Amino acid sequence: MTDITEHALLMPDARTKARNAAERRFRAYGLSAIVIALAALVWLLISIFSAGLPAFQQTFITFPVTLEAATLDKSGKLDIEEMKKVTTIGYGKLIAQAFEAEIAAKGITHEVKPKQLAEMISEQAGAQLRDMVLADPALVGQTITFQALANGRIDGYFKGRVTMETAARDKNTSPEKLALADQLRDAGVVAVKFNTGFLTMSDASDKRPEAAGLGVAIIGSLYMVVIVLFLALPIGVAASVYLEEFAPKNYWTDLIEVNIANLAAVPSIVYGILGLAIFINFAGLPQSAPIVGGLVLTLMTLPRIIIPTRAALKAVPPSIRDAALGVGASKLQTVTHHVLPLAMPGILTGTIIGLAQALGETAPLLLIGMVAFVKDFPGLPPEGLFSPSSALPVQIYNWTQRGDPGFVERASGAIIVLLVFLILMNTAAIILRRKYERRW
Amino acid sequence: MSVIEMKLEREVTADTIKIEARKVQVHYGQNHALKDVDVDILAKTVTAFIGPSGCGKSTFLRCLNRMNDTVASAKVTGSILLDGADIYDPRVDPVQLRAKVGMVFQKPNPFPKSIYDNVAYGPKIHGLTRSKAELDEVVESCLRKAALWNEVKDRLQSPGTGLSGGQQQRLCIARAIATSPEVLLMDEPCSALDPIATAQVEELIDELRSQFSVVIVTHSMQQAARVSQRTAFFHLGNLVEYGETGTIFTNPKDPRTESYITGRIG
Repeated sequence: MTDITEHALLMPDARTKARNAAERRFRAYGLSAIVIALAALVWLLISIFSAGLPAFQQTFITFPVTLEAATLDKSGKLDIEEMKKVTTIGYGKLIAQAFEAEIAAKGITHEVKPKQLAEMISEQAGAQLRDMVLADPALVGQTITFQALANGRIDGYFKGRVTMETAARDKNTSPEKLALADQLRDAGVVAVKFNTGFLTMSDASDKRPEAAGLGVAIIGSLYMVVIVLFLALPIGVAASVYLEEFAPKNYWTDLIEVNIANLAAVPSIVYGILGLAIFINFAGLPQSAPIVGGLVLTLMTLPRIIIPTRAALKAVPPSIRDAALGVGASKLQTVTHHVLPLAMPGILTGTIIGLAQALGETAPLLLIGMVAFVKDFPGLPPEGLFSPSSALPVQIYNWTQRGDPGFVERASGAIIVLLVFLILMNTAAIILRRKYERRW
Repeated sequence: MSVIEMKLEREVTADTIKIEARKVQVHYGQNHALKDVDVDILAKTVTAFIGPSGCGKSTFLRCLNRMNDTVASAKVTGSILLDGADIYDPRVDPVQLRAKVGMVFQKPNPFPKSIYDNVAYGPKIHGLTRSKAELDEVVESCLRKAALWNEVKDRLQSPGTGLSGGQQQRLCIARAIATSPEVLLMDEPCSALDPIATAQVEELIDELRSQFSVVIVTHSMQQAARVSQRTAFFHLGNLVEYGETGTIFTNPKDPRTESYITGRIG
């Protein structure tokens, strides 16, 4: 007898073999799905980072500029209003002269026509210098060391985007200029440095990718996320608590529940149309303003906060509610003292993920005019909430539309910035959940 | 307090009616869960409700502190008088009632807070103490009454959920008596406990009788016989028989009671 039993155990029958084979196949499918997903993620990150990391470096040309009083302050009274009459073109001429003088002083010989020398410097340089002088009129008459942005093509040359071959076919630059740029780099006039301007400067026009920054977009996105946080969290939690703990279970609450689930699935662009109709056309709020963007994103985020919050409230064991009611706590005390603290990790996770989605949302913002070119920084809240602004995802969308290859690099860099914000928020969600998670 | 004193006290007060229920009916939607229940629960007595599952004993217990209010479909009719006052009178706030009629549940359900906060919660929300020192005193005396003080006095700030099952249930009893209730309702308080913890809780129930009127729902007939002075037998929503525990177990009048306690139905 024992022989037979052992024998049968040592020899798996056909059915067992088939079942084991099915299990092995299933594991192989699962593993390959994960490998494919990881490969796609790695590919995505590699392509974004290889295209975007150069945006965090920038080529600068540093040389002394004499701020001649005769040009900049004709009245000689250092009167700001008078000095504002000198345009960026006036400053541009000063810069061009100073740049030419610097090349001569370094004893560099080159084949670039004198008229084209100034094209190596960004068109933004004049404005840069003008802002410096208007901020500190005492500079007039002095000779300062000026760090000008290099033209986008020169910048692209040092980053490998522009080569001698492409420059020969490019009417915006020439191989001679690139050769001069190489000489200037050896002379220490041109250098590639970390680009703080990418995070602090505002958007720039099509011809000046080197001067374009995310400053306005970051502020706009920050304002909107704060608005969403302060509106969607309390409203969402209050609605969830009411529906979950207080509302009678009847036809109407069922209807509301179904509608909330449906709202979470509504395409985000629909919220943009809603925002345009209600907040801008009906309520008369300004276009492109963070307040409108924040309100639209709040509407969009609300169901996405309510659903996880209700799930978190449902997950609190009913025995805790019984315990609190049993010692004579009121319904509201039961909720605020016991149920909400226990549901808090889930609520926070849901909220932060909702906020992260709002941060990355583009479509509704396009419809309320946030895609506009915004040069001026919005002020501090509350006024700043009503002035035109941009947003990170919209800025990315905007830059990918532009012709100059410099903007492709900027757009990828902006994606990295957006990803960093999203990763930070998700990390915060995980940390908060770990911290407040409690056993019962 | 000595055993003799306790016996004396019981004899003195044994006839005072604490809760008087008349024609209590409970409907859960279409389901008629409790039919015409008339019970007088005596002060300073342990009353046991026994009966097979679904017989309505827990339902009736939950009527006594209006915990059924939280069930949307539940409808209670009839009258339940606590010291002569109808607890279903619209003017009665169930929140205040529950401070007077405490409850201990089947599964130990301490709050996920410290042991101290578990006991102090009731007095805090009802504003029963005026100072921290007074609150400390209440917490200590309740934990002593619940026979838990010696085990937890050195770790009052550690979480109540970290205690063993039996300790948790005694903590829940301490929490329930911290609001100085007059009646203590216990819904199968030992069903989730091992025999040793059960024995401790039963001993505790016997001691609590000196101060509270205790109503206990139990599935264990031995437990009912051990801890209670009066027993009510429920069957299919009806109160079949109610009387002295000894009489119910040794000389039941109704054949259904006899069948149940001898194990033929249930």
